[in-house]
Amino acid sequence: MANILKIDKIEKYYGNKSNLTKAIDNLSFEVDKGEFVAIMGASGSGKTTLLNCISTIDRVTSGHIFVKGQDITKLKGNALNRFRREELGFIFQDFNLLDTLTAYENIALALSIQNERVAVIEKRIEDIALKLNIKHCLDKYPYQLSGGEKQRVASARAIITNPALVLADEPTGALDSKSAKMLLESFNYLNTDLKTTILMVTHDAFTASYAGRVIFIKDGKIFDELIRGDKTRKEFFDEIIDVVTLLGGDLNDAL
Amino acid sequence: MMLFKLSLRNIKKSFKDYAIYFFTLILGVAIFYIFNAIDSQTVLLDVTSSTKSIIDLMVNMLSGVSVFVSIILGFLVIYANRFLMKRRNKEFGIYLTLGMSKKKISLILLIETLVIGAISLIVGLLIGTLLSQVMSVFVANMFEADMTRFAFVFSTSATIKTLIYFGIIYLLVMIFNIVIVSKCRLIDLFQASRKSEKVKIKNPIVCILIFIVAVCMLSYAYYMVTVGVDDLALASDILIPIALGCVSTFLIFWSLSGLLLRIIMSFKKFYYKGLNSFVLRQISNKINTTVASMSIICIMLFVTICVLSSSLSIKNSMTANLTTLVPADIEITKTLDMSVSDALDLGYNEEQAEDSKYAVRYSLEKLDFDVDKYFEDILDFQIYATNDVLIKDTLGAYYDEAKKTYPFLIYDTAETFIKLSDYNSLANRYGLEKISLNSDEYAIIADFDQWSAIRNEALKRGATLTLLGKEYHPKYDECINGFLYMTSNHINTGIFVVPDEAVSDAIREQNIFIADYNADTDEEKEDIEKMITELSDHDYATSTTLSASTKISIYEASIGLGALVTFIGLYLGLIFLISSAAILALKELSESTDNKERYNMLRKIGTDESMINNALFKQIAVFFLIPLLLAIIHSIFGLEFCRYILETFGDEEMVKSITMTVIFLIIIYGGYFVITYICSKNIIKEGR
Repeated sequence: MANILKIDKIEKYYGNKSNLTKAIDNLSFEVDKGEFVAIMGASGSGKTTLLNCISTIDRVTSGHIFVKGQDITKLKGNALNRFRREELGFIFQDFNLLDTLTAYENIALALSIQNERVAVIEKRIEDIALKLNIKHCLDKYPYQLSGGEKQRVASARAIITNPALVLADEPTGALDSKSAKMLLESFNYLNTDLKTTILMVTHDAFTASYAGRVIFIKDGKIFDELIRGDKTRKEFFDEIIDVVTLLGGDLNDAL
Repeated sequence: MMLFKLSLRNIKKSFKDYAIYFFTLILGVAIFYIFNAIDSQTVLLDVTSSTKSIIDLMVNMLSGVSVFVSIILGFLVIYANRFLMKRRNKEFGIYLTLGMSKKKISLILLIETLVIGAISLIVGLLIGTLLSQVMSVFVANMFEADMTRFAFVFSTSATIKTLIYFGIIYLLVMIFNIVIVSKCRLIDLFQASRKSEKVKIKNPIVCILIFIVAVCMLSYAYYMVTVGVDDLALASDILIPIALGCVSTFLIFWSLSGLLLRIIMSFKKFYYKGLNSFVLRQISNKINTTVASMSIICIMLFVTICVLSSSLSIKNSMTANLTTLVPADIEITKTLDMSVSDALDLGYNEEQAEDSKYAVRYSLEKLDFDVDKYFEDILDFQIYATNDVLIKDTLGAYYDEAKKTYPFLIYDTAETFIKLSDYNSLANRYGLEKISLNSDEYAIIADFDQWSAIRNEALKRGATLTLLGKEYHPKYDECINGFLYMTSNHINTGIFVVPDEAVSDAIREQNIFIADYNADTDEEKEDIEKMITELSDHDYATSTTLSASTKISIYEASIGLGALVTFIGLYLGLIFLISSAAILALKELSESTDNKERYNMLRKIGTDESMINNALFKQIAVFFLIPLLLAIIHSIFGLEFCRYILETFGDEEMVKSITMTVIFLIIIYGGYFVITYICSKNIIKEGR
């Protein structure tokens, strides 16, 4: 299968020459089309930096990131913005919905900044709303929605542009366990039925257990990698817990 | 010392946030200085003593207005300061958690206010001093005086005054800051930035109804001040359209805020294009909460535009009529034939009652004034009046109606009569319309619109006049436009022209003596004028009913009065403009701070920077334009009304003063807009 994302020996340093911090240290991995990958790590392990680099919010110090074969570390200015709005979809821990717009308008915004036609916008929103079961909240404002609904609206916004890659940053971080479960099932649906490629950063083993593959990061390096294969989610969850225990440190606290 | 460093660093760091604050302070200081420094500019002018006294009056009035201005500026500065304080809640929170005492925080703010105050005063005074040099040319131009010399003027008194007034304002700001800091609680400081706004949706039908009502009210108000202006009998009647205008302004903003979004939303192609939906939501979201301040700003702008444009043309309007209204060099009047009892009632003595038997010429000769040497083209005649013919008697059948329509006018005054032959020679001299009458006819000359209207009604009804036992009928059904006394305005309420034989010397009222100065040059005229002025101070002259108005004095008074109104109008207009623009700018800036997160979200989903800036620009532009737009519509009608009141007929003058107003608007209002946009751009770029 063609890989959507290829991370090639990236490094990210912070600080100056005398006091250098390596947030990411010679990290490489690939994500294939249609994969659902979770990245786990304690706080300070570099997982957020990694996500920021992929999402072009931050720049790598060295190395290359290829999305659909295009080296995004070479992009600049508006080309970068275009790449971001056309090839990437974002789901954030704190939803990042605009509180002045209705759910419908929030989703539509992702398309309208690409100058999509109104008819297309309407059609696609109707489709996605049905699939993510958010039809009833389209005309509501974010403050009228529950956390789970908000995150599903945010997910709808992320995938409505048919991005090559959806990046989710602690998507369940601000949700209660029931809403989290519902959201993750939506992710599964997006992944299996709509073939959306998802890269999710989390420190929660339960959330990670929904993914097809889990990459563990420690001190900016890949520590371990687990593939779910044909295992049940429960079995996969236990396996993840084992690695987490091995990893030690903060990650335990999160469980 | 540490605190001082911290304060300085704060100012430097947040200089961009403070830009509006600085801009406002500097403008305020500069304008305050310029208008208070006018008296030192006029020292350079070559003016007569009567102009000098008007300038003194103006300087006094300007310093009175300055108190009012400083109150407005004080409120503005405190308001602006409060906005800046709000932005820094988090910073104070951090200081407090670090264990800094409230006293020390207050001290930091104190130092900051001192530094900002000092900088703004220095810069403002510098700019003020420079601009006041330009002002002196303007002052000279206004008073139509020659500048004896051009010198760079620095007014110490104005500087000291500015320092004191602004010192007090800054002191208030400091006290205010200390109160804020002493009242704040840590939890509030940290939570201050976290607030989610609920979007209120208004009922569209109610909005449409209110909008229609508001438009009707506004149209009626417009109608009242333009087409229906003649129906405004009393000065207080103008309050009705003003109140209607204010209320409808508020209602229009209120209903538009609910409607606009709905209307535009139905244009889906437009609404879902780029960031349009975001911008519109931002605007309607804010307009909901800022309807009141928008209305106030709109009305302030309206006042500013009207005050600026009419004050710039008022001087011309005041002198425009003078060529027709003041055709002769001098007009002297003297009340004749006062009875002893009347004279005593009016505070004269018997001797003066005796004197009133004699005409003006007799008095002038008594004053040793050589009438035939200094005067030429003399016109000397009498006017007549009797207590048997009062205004109410001449209105005939219309009297009752008139009394009902205009209850506050006085109808018990005796009417004045002039012989037909005297009137026609006056008309010949003054360029008025000549008339001819049959032996049983009369005519009225008047130029005071309101009174002309009343008298026209009476004339149309054929009101008869009974004078000394004989009846007269109106020759025309309208008043003849004309006047008898030289004044700067149209204030002739009506004088009856009757056939020569209709009046007798028994009812002589006043002797009127009109003449030109027998002089070829302006200098010679000035000399005669000086003699007249000296004569008017003579004991005999002050003790009789002798009274003179001269062309030169009327001109000077008009010019001076016009200039006075112009300067006060300019002063207030500019301060109003600054205030409204600054309030708007600060509101927008604080909005931008609140919206920082929203713009960051837009960035995260991949919106181009240019698209975001475009959205921000649109948003701010709409907020600056909406009140301005309505204010301009208001002003079109308001200025029409001003023209009616001020009798400015020259369109050319109006165009000139409107152009000036537009320039002021563009520089100040536009300046605030640009600064707001730039600062907002910086704010939303922060913390990317």
